[in-house]
Amino acid sequence: MAETADQRLKRLRSQFSQQELAPDQQTLELEPLNEEDSALKSGRFSRRSFLSGLGATGLLAGAAPLAAAAPAIAPETDETADTAGTATVTLRINGKDYTLRGLDTRATLLDTLRERLHLTGTKKGCDHGQCGACTVHVNGRRVNSCLSFAVMHEGDEITTIEGLGQPDNLHPMQAAFVEHDGYQCGYCTSGQIMSAAALLKEPIGPTDEDIKGAMAGNICRCGAYTNIVAAVRQARA
Amino acid sequence: MQTFSYVKAASVDKALAGAGTGKFIAGGTTLVDLMKLGVEQPPTLVDINLLPLDKIEKLPDGGLRIGALVRNSDLAWNADVKERYAVLSEALLSGASPQLRNMATTGGNLLQRTRCAYFREPSAGTPGGYGCNKRTPGSGCTALDGFHRTHAILGTSEHCIATHPSDMCVAMAALEAVIHVEGPKGKRTIPFEEFHKLPGDTPNIENALEPGELVTRVDLPKPIEGTRSVYLKLRDRASYEFALASAAVVAKVEGGHIRYVRVAMGGVGTKPWRSHEAELALTGKPVEAATFRRAAEAALASAKPRTDNAFKVELAKRCLIRTLKLATA
Repeated sequence: MAETADQRLKRLRSQFSQQELAPDQQTLELEPLNEEDSALKSGRFSRRSFLSGLGATGLLAGAAPLAAAAPAIAPETDETADTAGTATVTLRINGKDYTLRGLDTRATLLDTLRERLHLTGTKKGCDHGQCGACTVHVNGRRVNSCLSFAVMHEGDEITTIEGLGQPDNLHPMQAAFVEHDGYQCGYCTSGQIMSAAALLKEPIGPTDEDIKGAMAGNICRCGAYTNIVAAVRQARA
Repeated sequence: MQTFSYVKAASVDKALAGAGTGKFIAGGTTLVDLMKLGVEQPPTLVDINLLPLDKIEKLPDGGLRIGALVRNSDLAWNADVKERYAVLSEALLSGASPQLRNMATTGGNLLQRTRCAYFREPSAGTPGGYGCNKRTPGSGCTALDGFHRTHAILGTSEHCIATHPSDMCVAMAALEAVIHVEGPKGKRTIPFEEFHKLPGDTPNIENALEPGELVTRVDLPKPIEGTRSVYLKLRDRASYEFALASAAVVAKVEGGHIRYVRVAMGGVGTKPWRSHEAELALTGKPVEAATFRRAAEAALASAKPRTDNAFKVELAKRCLIRTLKLATA
């Protein structure tokens, strides 16, 4: 006999609640983020906390068992040995040390920044080193954070867009991007700016062609290239 | 991605001891990419980034020693490399993106894997998936009658036509580099031309490394007095793209004649393609268009094009002729 809609819903829900989440879906394992916690408590909502809240509400409405089970999945914070496939690593990011326990060795630097540390200024585009949206600085040099495992970066000095400048104290490259409107949707922008900021210290030639070549690892699907080149040119002057 | 255990090696000995059935990881630009696709599934990763193999040193005999961990960008911008091995600097700077060049290492680039779409397809070599003899020996080669516009025309076999993607390797082939490796059975050196293997009927075996062996450095011989070297890369767009055809030429001209020449080609071979045929057609001959054309014909004489990559034969010839002109001007 055919499954009724109600039976099907129950079956899917029970499957979903038992399903083990892939590392990049384990949002319940997030490190606590003080700023957003306090924002929530004080009733101030960022776009991110608002959207996250919507997601959680959706889960609560659709799959109560998952939400109830959440505390049990949360990471242990005591001194337990790492199990196979996990590691404890201390990452130095934007001048601050973060000790991550039980970090899945498969977690890329990109996913660790975004999902564990909530440093979501670094974006995931292609996840294969082809688009440049995930560009960060490691020891002052630009790299694709999607093609590097986080466990490999103990002792490295990592800089993300959050550490490059602040709203009231922009890095000259950030200011130049604002001035020249070097974006449209903005998704590639943090990668573009991290790439361009690193370029300032590289031995590349003086022309616009040199800028284009040096920015070849960052794709902008809105096509803001002309303004990006103008911004980089100004910041190099 | 498969779970793996991770070890950070503090010395070459410890790295070799920890290798087992795992893989060494340095820049990770190829390996992490392929692990995400399921092409590589190492149970263990041995991180070799702490090993003291990150130096570029002049050798007493005038050559250059490049540590396996020297990043592509550092090698390309090194003053000695730019001045004495220009072809290598140019090749490196024509490859990948600045971010990837900051990560990718000399040793890793020797082992860069092909960009054949069937090799990279997650289902390749599995029942019901595309056949790929490189992934799963005996599963067939889908590229033979599939999408193969970017595939090789030299050194192919009926089992594999995947192109070797590296630019750096093409320059090193022309420079006659020597690869130093260390493994469970000790140290040994491998001449560049013998390092990469033709696919034959074992396309899964890509190089001369034995299990557990680690590339420790690459030595470049002293440049021959009076030589000039050039790398030219032709591709679908001007940057951040693999070669459709490329050429590396090291040449010395005396009295209007070619006294010394080394020729290697990229984008057209199943391995970095050293062309002794072209060198033979050039050595002792006058520097003129007819000589270059004969060399190009000789270099591509054994080409086996297929439906969609036949254009590469003429493209590679023109690429080589242009490079020879530049190197002998």
